[in-house]
Amino acid sequence: MVTRAYQHPLNSSAVPVGAPLLEVDSVSLRFGGVVALREVSLSVAQGDIHAVIGPNGAGKSSLLNCISGLYHPQDGAITLHTGEDGRSHALTSLPPHRIARLGVARSFQNIELFHGLTVLENLMLGRHIHMRKNVLASLLWFGPARRQELEQRPLVEEVIDLLALQPYRHKPVGALAYGIQKRVELGRALCIQPSLLLLDEPMAGMNSEEKEDMARYILDVNELAGVSVVLIEHDMAVVMDVSNRVSVLDFGRLIADGTPETVKADPAVVEAYLGAEEH
Amino acid sequence: MPHPTPAAEAADTFPRLLQYLAATRGEDTALQEKRYGIWVPVTFQAYASRVRDFAHGLASLGVRRGELVAVLGDNRPEWLIAELASQSIGAVVVGIYPTSIGEELLHILTLGRVRVVVAEDQEQVDKLVRLVQERDNAPAHDGSLLVEKVVYYDPHGLEEYDEPYLEHFVDLEAHGRAWGEQHPGWFEEQVDAGNTQDVAVICTTSGTTSRPKLAELTHANLIAMARHLMAIDPIGHQDRYVSFLPFAWIGEQMLAVACGLTRGFTISFPESSSTQRHDLREIGPDVMFSPPRIWESMLSEVQVRIDEAGRLKRAVFGWGFGIGERVAERRIQGKPVGALRLLYLVADQVALRPVRDQLGLARLDRGYTGGAPLGPDVFRFFHSIGVNLKQIYGQTEICGLAVVHRDDDISFNTVGTPLPETDIAIAEDGEILLRSASVLRGYHRNPEASAAAVDADGWLHTGDAGYLDQHGHLVVIDRKKDVLSTADGTKYSSAFIENKLKFSPYVEEAVALPTDDVMTAIITIDPMTTGSWAEGERLTYTTYADLAGKSEVQELLAEEVHRANEDLPEAIRVRRFLLLHKQFDPDDDEVTRTRKVRRNVIAERYADLITALAEGRDEVTVHTTVTYQDGSKVDRSTTLGIYSMDGYHEPEGRSRRPVWSGRR
Repeated sequence: MVTRAYQHPLNSSAVPVGAPLLEVDSVSLRFGGVVALREVSLSVAQGDIHAVIGPNGAGKSSLLNCISGLYHPQDGAITLHTGEDGRSHALTSLPPHRIARLGVARSFQNIELFHGLTVLENLMLGRHIHMRKNVLASLLWFGPARRQELEQRPLVEEVIDLLALQPYRHKPVGALAYGIQKRVELGRALCIQPSLLLLDEPMAGMNSEEKEDMARYILDVNELAGVSVVLIEHDMAVVMDVSNRVSVLDFGRLIADGTPETVKADPAVVEAYLGAEEH
Repeated sequence: MPHPTPAAEAADTFPRLLQYLAATRGEDTALQEKRYGIWVPVTFQAYASRVRDFAHGLASLGVRRGELVAVLGDNRPEWLIAELASQSIGAVVVGIYPTSIGEELLHILTLGRVRVVVAEDQEQVDKLVRLVQERDNAPAHDGSLLVEKVVYYDPHGLEEYDEPYLEHFVDLEAHGRAWGEQHPGWFEEQVDAGNTQDVAVICTTSGTTSRPKLAELTHANLIAMARHLMAIDPIGHQDRYVSFLPFAWIGEQMLAVACGLTRGFTISFPESSSTQRHDLREIGPDVMFSPPRIWESMLSEVQVRIDEAGRLKRAVFGWGFGIGERVAERRIQGKPVGALRLLYLVADQVALRPVRDQLGLARLDRGYTGGAPLGPDVFRFFHSIGVNLKQIYGQTEICGLAVVHRDDDISFNTVGTPLPETDIAIAEDGEILLRSASVLRGYHRNPEASAAAVDADGWLHTGDAGYLDQHGHLVVIDRKKDVLSTADGTKYSSAFIENKLKFSPYVEEAVALPTDDVMTAIITIDPMTTGSWAEGERLTYTTYADLAGKSEVQELLAEEVHRANEDLPEAIRVRRFLLLHKQFDPDDDEVTRTRKVRRNVIAERYADLITALAEGRDEVTVHTTVTYQDGSKVDRSTTLGIYSMDGYHEPEGRSRRPVWSGRR
């Protein structure tokens, strides 16, 4: 291996750039009498960074949870196109682990990592859907099980390089700074080789320097690795800077959808969200 | 066409040395780099073959004998491949510090008339693209920047660049391979045509006073230096060496290239600058050459970590260190260790070896320091923990090395004795003169400076003042023009005072400034150690400037200055000092890329502060203009307190702090 270029693609979607990758069609989600999502429809195109914004309780995380299969909406359909032979998958009825197998990876608002394990081990866990050995062989870590882990390592190392995690490789995640932990979570999602990456507030609680770093990494993931991203974020400046398309939710309803410029100028958005700060 | 196996003695240029190693020890590891978490070895054979391909690639670009090829990047195998490939076809490599920007970069590229630049990654390529764009957009450009090809070896992020003059390193190697097939035997001819008197490497002088000059060092210069060094300090061909300092620095060329190829040991490259220390520990080098700042930062690290350790560990280390200190004292004078031997064995196991191991120095046979003076106390510390640290004195102009300590004859205040076949003389005005086979051929396109540096008899005028002591050791005082005399006529150097101050773990940089009547100093604090001290004292602070402005920090530093003063002669004790609100930064030209203070820049930029210090005012206000990235400018003013040591009394009940701790 003489070249320094990455050898493993991180994007597993074969959908051509610009074609719809994920289609959400009239999705409604209720918890008893509470309506979390009301007939939300939107479409995520391959190659985009698609931001979902809205005030607290607008249903942003609920939408993400519907896509990743943690919640099952009562009405509507969510379709993922994987591009292999033009195949599409209805996500609404699938359990989360099946959706993960289709390449939908996500990070959480609160960090959901194994704090006692090292960065490398956490990232290797992102590869487990690509591993096939049984529990006993893996526990004893001999022969094929060991070989299988060694085979997965180069891709994990490329993710470590992309996100500049080298100094932390063998450090337990619990001992790392918050901003680094967030980066590790992004890394674990990338190790799945996603067809679609869902990021739930990747910059929450960060200082401006950490935010800038994170924005840079998300752009790298999108531009260099070609991964499509759905991003929930509160920081408007970041959203307007990094995303190609923005959907705005308010009380479970989609009130605007378009490029950052059009959304920013939309009176309904200003009323619901942006203008709220000025009152 | 296979090259006939060359004889060892015929290998008198670097390309011929590489051919010799590839032919005799082809399967041994020449280079290894930690890439994607794994040490990837390159054998001498593979090394030679990549050099050959890249040399053909350079030839296909029209690079001719004697032309300069610039390399701009961190230490990677590609750096050395580009260097050896250039030398193979008779071209010359000039290294540029990877942190260089704008003006400096332009200066070297235009002075060297460089057409081909090998750059590491997007960061370096961006700098070059900007320079080329500026040239192409200026209608009346003077045509001094000749860059027409930029070869990069880390392609990440460069996929979208469409500048026609960019080329990937491996692509050029592939072109070279094809070109080589059409020109069989050409490479061998070129290597055979190489002359020992050809320039091999151009190193930039550190330029504490002016813009860097380009020193031309020949194969004969460098190989002579390597042979002379290894005559007194043998380096085995299986020794480990970690290359983490810039190849643009003569010190790195000296060990990694000159000694590396003469002896054929393995050069290891760390994964990234952030994992350097970890990788250093993983490899455990046998030999190492670093400027003082690396050794000083290691000492600071020990100090911080010992202070964070528990009572028992502190006590054990303190005891072990005491034994180590006594043993080191005998050893460096070549005396037998005697009855202490048994005690030392225990101390080494429980206290000293673990610390060496943590620093990555567990296997180190010899450590060298050079490039600037290292404080005697730092020296003593390393010897006490069992690290054989030796001072090197030399200059870029004499391949970095002319005078060195011998293993059994080390004195902390001297730089040792000359290498074999190296003459030394002291001129009437006290200037150190050196003569050996390693003295440079001249400065590139600067005959006046060349004539001034080397006289007709071959003596190199170093510009340093010094003397030989009664044991024949050289003592370097300072740069000749920086040597000062006190009112009673004693000669001294500001570096001597500065090193005393810098020995404090809280002091990062110090500049001693003599005024008409008293000695004053500008000090910058070390944010790591001072910050951890402040945390221990439950002092809250925000930025560096805030920390440096705390009165408690001033008191702390006053105590440190007081201690330094105790070791200084009465006439040159520091009477007043101030703590600067920022660290010195090479981007602001305040220090060189090798972290040497540029006194003239300091004198100019901080003239107000220096006047205030001289006048003995209580405080002084500095105005700085901060330019933000969006172009807006803000004027900031900071008031710095001037601390007077007159009437300073040490707080009650303080005992002398041990070397290895920031606490008392």
